[in-house]
Amino acid sequence: MLSVKNLHARVEETPILNGIDLEIKPGEVHAIMGPNGSGKSTLASVLAGREDYEVTEGSVTFGDEDLLELDVDERAHAGLFLAFQYPIEIPGVTNATFYRSSINALRTARGEDTLNGAQALKVIREKMTAMEMDPSFLKRSLNEGFSGGEKKRNEMLQMTLLEPKLAILDETDSGLDIDALQIVAKAVNQMRSPERSFLVVTHYQRLLDYIVPDFVHVLYNGRIVRSGDKSLALELERRGYDWIKAEVNSPAV
Amino acid sequence: MQVLEAHAASDYKYGWSSDIDTEQLPPGLDEDVVRFISAKKEEPSWLLDYRLAAYRTFRELTEPNWVNVQYKKVDFEGISYWAAPRQQPKLGSLDEADPELIATFNKLGIPLEEQMVLAGVAVDAVIDSVSVTTTYKEKLGELGIIFCSFSEAVREHPELVRKYMGTVVPTKDNYYAALNSAVFSDGSFVYIPKGVRCPMELSTYFRINAENTGQFERTLIIAEPDSYVSYLEGCTAPRRDENQLHAAIVELVAHENAEIKYSTVQNWYPGDKDGKGGIYNFVTKRGLCEGDNSKISWTQVETGSAITWKYPSCILKGDNSVGEFYSVAVTNHAQQADTGTKMVHIGNNTTSTIISKGISAGRSQNTYRGLVKVLPKAENARNFSQCDSLLMGDKCGAHTFPYLEVDNKSAQIEHEATTSKIGEDQLFYLQQRGFSEEDALNTIVNGYCKDVFAELPMEFAAEAKKLLAISLENSVG
Repeated sequence: MLSVKNLHARVEETPILNGIDLEIKPGEVHAIMGPNGSGKSTLASVLAGREDYEVTEGSVTFGDEDLLELDVDERAHAGLFLAFQYPIEIPGVTNATFYRSSINALRTARGEDTLNGAQALKVIREKMTAMEMDPSFLKRSLNEGFSGGEKKRNEMLQMTLLEPKLAILDETDSGLDIDALQIVAKAVNQMRSPERSFLVVTHYQRLLDYIVPDFVHVLYNGRIVRSGDKSLALELERRGYDWIKAEVNSPAV
Repeated sequence: MQVLEAHAASDYKYGWSSDIDTEQLPPGLDEDVVRFISAKKEEPSWLLDYRLAAYRTFRELTEPNWVNVQYKKVDFEGISYWAAPRQQPKLGSLDEADPELIATFNKLGIPLEEQMVLAGVAVDAVIDSVSVTTTYKEKLGELGIIFCSFSEAVREHPELVRKYMGTVVPTKDNYYAALNSAVFSDGSFVYIPKGVRCPMELSTYFRINAENTGQFERTLIIAEPDSYVSYLEGCTAPRRDENQLHAAIVELVAHENAEIKYSTVQNWYPGDKDGKGGIYNFVTKRGLCEGDNSKISWTQVETGSAITWKYPSCILKGDNSVGEFYSVAVTNHAQQADTGTKMVHIGNNTTSTIISKGISAGRSQNTYRGLVKVLPKAENARNFSQCDSLLMGDKCGAHTFPYLEVDNKSAQIEHEATTSKIGEDQLFYLQQRGFSEEDALNTIVNGYCKDVFAELPMEFAAEAKKLLAISLENSVG
């Protein structure tokens, strides 16, 4: 599904990613954890193709395509979805219009017929009900004046509408109360399938109680310094990040 | 008289009446030119006097220099003030038209038949459009609505023209208004009788010879008590014109309980990327809410012209009268726009709303200039103004000059202004959801202009959105 090899990236002159290796197979859920500033969100942004970051070394293969050669929208068309840590507000564009345009952009790219207004609305309403979202959402401007929780829920709704092959969740849990967290987790768990993969970027173990990952990776100074299963997340929860920093920084290791 | 002699000589060669199509005066402006224009149009003496008075006023005034635009001064002596309507060279089919023009028409979604008219294809074959125009005229006639060219109105309804012309925009109003009043070429005239609701959007597009109204256009719309009219001016299709200076006057008069809705889409040639060859658009548009409970609403989408100088205004004289101004002004490349409105509250309980959306791209400069004036005797005036500027890139400029002159303490004035940049964040977000870069940009811009587009008649709004997309093509990157 996704194969990241020796990925280096920088912002202006500052290196942020210093050689990431990551293999995600279809159906797997990977969690990326790490202290603040370790490069977690950068990894998510680089995979989605954000221009601010310059890839200086390494390769990323998505399916059978060279991901780094694709434009941002082409990556979306190929089935890569990023749930933003800070979803963007776009005044004057209703959620309903946005959802439909987005669904149809992907359908067009796949060579499928576009959905008309009524067809799109039917699909959107079904998924909204599942996400326990009020229908009044449809008429509101995209994320404008939304609370943090509403924005994150909106990201999850889009994920269920666009049915990506790989969904990257960039700190989707930050700032959410326990109820909202459960809704996010439910959306992910319902979408888990042998064909679909997830990359869950999080600072806290809490989310992983609800979305149980197959693999947990710890990112520090732009490298994956440790990988394990769910128990690694629990260990981080118990011991914090300092012991990892100490191990990495100690030349004896 | 040299001018006339020269002209007479050339006319002699071709004959006065038979070859009117090729007439053009040599450049220059004096009283004889004004007399000549009036004579050619066979105008009554009161109209000639009106023109001459305006000409003398023009000579006393000086060109305004407070506008926030820079351009090479217009050489008023270098302009020819009379060119009889010329036959455009007719093409046999659309295949002969400029392919770039046709590509733009297609992007705008303009129907094939309209494309033929606009591109100058011989329309004799397009029977539909001719018959549409005829049935349309009949229908309006039954209701007593007058919709014709200004010249025709002078001939057929001189009493109405004489009564209203210059009552809203006097000849002395400003430099360009004085010039227009002296040498105006042609334009539109609309009269809606008492109690009549005009059943269709009136559009200059349907009027035969509308493309030949010349550079000094003059429009007068009168709505008698309890009447309603929606008037559409302009066309989303790009318009080129060999005349660089356009100085139009539009006057609206709304009597008691009457409503006039005036929508403009302006897409004059903006010049090349450096602004060379673009149109200078210096327009005076003003509406008078003469009667109680009257309403005048201006909606404009301005994308063309090298320089735009335009302040569609409302004089709220009647009690409870309402003035509205909704504007989207787009500037790209080297375009400069200084546009806004004036709302003058005179009657009691008058209300005005101003929604202005400026979009600047390239190296362009976009200025909003607006005046809200409340006279001492205007009780309970209310105004709401919202002026937003959107910047694309870092070489363009947006400026806002709101003027408030409030002389009555009961007035409630509210002003909001924002300036924002099209964010990389917004573009990235939409592209991550599968939008192409262009679709992402258009989505953001259309969302930003939503409140103004909502005021346009539906079909016009759809075209305006596409026009915006074309105007801003390749402006991110």
